[in-house]
Amino acid sequence: MKEILYYTWGAIVSFVVAFSVGITYMGLNRKITARVQNRYGPPWYQNFIDVIKLSSKKTSIHHGVMQHMGPAFIMVTSVVSLLVIPILNGNKFFPNLNFQGDLIFLLYIMVFGPLGMALGAGQTGNPNSAIGVTRGLSQMAGFEIPWVMALVALMIQYKTTSIVDLMNVQVESGRWLMFSSPFAFLAAVMAMLGMFRYAPFDIVGAPQELASGPMSENGGKYLFVMMSAGSVFAFAKLTLYVDIFMGGADNLIILVVKTFALYLIPMLYGITSPRYRTEQSVRWFWGWPSFFGLLAILQAALF
Amino acid sequence: MINDKNSQKIVDIIQNFARQHSIWVLAYGTGCGAIEIPPTMTSRYDAERLGVRGAATPRQADVLLITGYLTTKTLKRVIRVYEQMQDPKYVIGFGSCTINGGMYWDSYNTIKALDRYMPVDVYINGCMPRPESVLSGFAKLQELIQAGKADGAKKYKENLEWYRTNQKKVIPNWHMPEYNW
Repeated sequence: MKEILYYTWGAIVSFVVAFSVGITYMGLNRKITARVQNRYGPPWYQNFIDVIKLSSKKTSIHHGVMQHMGPAFIMVTSVVSLLVIPILNGNKFFPNLNFQGDLIFLLYIMVFGPLGMALGAGQTGNPNSAIGVTRGLSQMAGFEIPWVMALVALMIQYKTTSIVDLMNVQVESGRWLMFSSPFAFLAAVMAMLGMFRYAPFDIVGAPQELASGPMSENGGKYLFVMMSAGSVFAFAKLTLYVDIFMGGADNLIILVVKTFALYLIPMLYGITSPRYRTEQSVRWFWGWPSFFGLLAILQAALF
Repeated sequence: MINDKNSQKIVDIIQNFARQHSIWVLAYGTGCGAIEIPPTMTSRYDAERLGVRGAATPRQADVLLITGYLTTKTLKRVIRVYEQMQDPKYVIGFGSCTINGGMYWDSYNTIKALDRYMPVDVYINGCMPRPESVLSGFAKLQELIQAGKADGAKKYKENLEWYRTNQKKVIPNWHMPEYNW
């Protein structure tokens, strides 16, 4: 009983931390984008205000059951992946549910949310949603390949499928995997550009083309759930990258510094880029990122 | 406790603050007024620092910005868009065309006064209103929201029959669902 309470408490704390950090990152993204465009920009807490407003809107749209379930699927994905990913080294305040094989489990669960969203968006009957979903799934076929290759390379090299084991390898050898398997890191970071869906890979939401794509029929509370799930998921992904490649973090401040440094890559790459077409995006991911993934596997198998 | 009057007051204050500082605008660019929106949103006047931001679809929007004249044909689409928006929602009439017809005062197929067909919360005067006046219009709307007086949507629901009669008078082929929100 005590153990269950301990895990529940840990889950709540992880969620609150992930939510607030993720939302702050999104707000900082808007601020930095504005400064790059020579604007003053919204305050960093603008996304908190947006979230409160969206949650206070009334909603009376009904297209069917799946439409209501779509945002819930995304939320479930974000929370489950957050619980599986170890947030800090040592796990004193953030107990989580990692186990042998959780890296493979993560590969599957991270795809679950977009698929649920695809079902939900399909039922709204909005043509923009349908186009957004097809674009999103094709793009996912693009960036999943270098991402899986990078992870498989790590699994081969260190003969483990557990995130905690990978973290321990780095702590024991004193070297981040970012330096000992550089090709895997390159492939994974390039795949991350697609996961975040910032420009030039923002073909799913594409406001001027698709009227925000899959969520075009979802306003108010649905958008609130999606926005919070997106922020939590962003934090979970960044933490996963820090865990695997940058040696994890001993306390929250180091974690925030490392995740923000990593978050700057898709953000700055996005601000300075226009938007790709779908086939350009997929071709980009099957080009250099997949090549680096292949090199990473060769390195892991030969050396 | 949740239905307690005082706690409801606190919730109202927080919600009004959030609504006031996060305004997502659906700009319905019917007329020449649409050209004033890009400078308002981009680097020169930067409406985003006030929390004003473009929304992609009516489902996500809070404010419907009618920029310029409305022909009877576009009025039908505007009504459809307005009724798809979710509560609380506001309308800003932009330019003198929405107030009294402006330079189209004797045209046979534009409407003259917008608030006979839709509840308007704030008018922005001018032909064309410059981005400064657009921003002052948003500031006025923020004041109204904070005071809880921007209740156009409520008026629309209460006087639906009157609005419907007016709308059907100018729209000859009315094939629209009677519900919508």
